[in-house]
Amino acid sequence: MSLTFLAFGDAGWGDEILFGAAITFILAICGFLLGLVLATVFALFKLSHWRVLRVLGNAYTTVVRGVPELLVIYLFLFGSSSLIMAIASGAFGYEGYIELNRFTIATLAIMTISAAYSTEVIRGAFQSIPAGQFEAARALGLKPWPMFLKVVLPQAFRFALPGLGNVWQITLKETALVSVVGLAELMRMASVASGVTKEPFLFYGVAAVLYLVMTTFSSIVFGKAEKHFQKTMAR
Amino acid sequence: MTFEDYVDTMYKLLGGLPLTMTLVIYVVVIGAVLGAFLAYVRIVQVPVLQQFASAYVFAIRGTPLLVQLFFLSYGISQFEGVRNGFLWPVLVNPFWCGVLALSLNTAAYVSEIVRGGYQAIPKGMIEAAQATGMSSLQVLRTTIAPLAIKHGLPAYGNEVILMVKATSLVSTITLLEVTGIARSVVANTYRVFEVLGMAGLIYLIINSMIAYAIFAIERRI
Repeated sequence: MSLTFLAFGDAGWGDEILFGAAITFILAICGFLLGLVLATVFALFKLSHWRVLRVLGNAYTTVVRGVPELLVIYLFLFGSSSLIMAIASGAFGYEGYIELNRFTIATLAIMTISAAYSTEVIRGAFQSIPAGQFEAARALGLKPWPMFLKVVLPQAFRFALPGLGNVWQITLKETALVSVVGLAELMRMASVASGVTKEPFLFYGVAAVLYLVMTTFSSIVFGKAEKHFQKTMAR
Repeated sequence: MTFEDYVDTMYKLLGGLPLTMTLVIYVVVIGAVLGAFLAYVRIVQVPVLQQFASAYVFAIRGTPLLVQLFFLSYGISQFEGVRNGFLWPVLVNPFWCGVLALSLNTAAYVSEIVRGGYQAIPKGMIEAAQATGMSSLQVLRTTIAPLAIKHGLPAYGNEVILMVKATSLVSTITLLEVTGIARSVVANTYRVFEVLGMAGLIYLIINSMIAYAIFAIERRI
C-alpha cells in the first residue's frame, strides 16, 4: 500500500476521489432540497381534510420507507426512461428514444427517498405549532397563503430543524447507493480506483474518512443553526 | 404480463426470501448482543474500552453502510496476513461478510438506543431500587432493564426494519436475496414496474409484520 496512489493529476487518484466527493455533496444537496419541497406537499396531504390526499400521503411514506432504497434506485434507473417515453408519446406524440442522464436519475431517486423521511418531520413540525397561532393569524385577517408563508412556515422550520438534520445525514449516506447507477460519485470512484490499483483497503478507507468528514461537518453546521434559531423561538 | 407470469415472477422472488430472513435473524441477534455490550461499556465507563466504543459508534454512524461492507469484504482481505489469519473463512464467504458488516453496523445504532433508554430512567428510581438491598444484577433485572426496554422499544423496532432493508445491500457482493433476484429478473424481462413492485411488496409485508409485533409488545409491557 502506498500513498502515491492518492497523488493528484495523472499519477494518482487523489483528484478523482475529491471530484467524486464533490459530486456526492452536490447530489445530496439537490436531492435533499428538492425532497424538502416534495415533503412539504406530502405533509400537507397528510394533514388534509380530504381523505384521498391523506391516503396518498400515508401510502407514499409507508411504501418508500418500507422498501429497500436500492429498489427505489433501480426503479428510477430502469423505469424512468420508459415512463418518460410513454408520457412523451401519449401527450406529445413524440416517438423517439429518451434517456435521462445519470445525475438526473440519481437526484430523482435520492429526492424520493429523502422526501419520505422529511415528510414525517415536517408533518410533526406543522402539528407542533400552537392552535393559538392560527387563531391569531385569522384574527388579523390573513388569507390562507400569507398565513402559510408568514406564520406557519417560519415556525414549522424551527420545529423541524433537528429532525431535518437527521434526514440530511441519512440522505448524505444514502447517496453511496447510487454508485450502482454508475454515477461518478465518491463511492463509485473509490470502487474504480480499487479495481485498477488493487488497493481496496486504501481507497475504501479514504472514502470512509471523506464521508465521515462530510457528516461531522454537517452535524456541526446543523447544531449551530439550531442554536441560532432557538433564540428567535416564541416561548 | 399474464397471470402466470406474475405467479412465476413472485415464485422466483420468494426464492430469495429464506436468504433475506436468515441474514435478518443473524444480524438482529449479533447486533443486539454487540450493541448491548457497547452500551454497557459506555454506561459503566470502563476505561479505554469506553473511548473505543465512542469512537466506534462515531465512525459507524458517520459513514455509509455500503462503504463499510466493501471495506470489510474487499479492503481488509487485501493483505497477506489476513488471508492466512483466523478471520479468513468469514471474509472469503460473501454471506458471512454480509452478516459481519450488517451486525457491526447495527450494533452501533442499537448501543445508542440502549444508552438512550438507560439515560431516560430517573436516577432516583435506580437509587430506590438499590436502597431496598437488591444486588446490582437484581436492580438490572427488576428496574433498569424493564424501563430501558420500554423507552427504547419503538426506536429498536425502527432499527430492525432498517436492517431488513439493509440486507438488500448484500446483493452488491454477489448474494442473490430478494433485491438481487429482482434486479436480475428486471434485466432479463424488462418488466421494471411489475417486478420491482412485487419485490417491494415482499419487503412491505415483512416490515409491516415487524412493526405490528413491536406494537403488540409495546402494548403488553
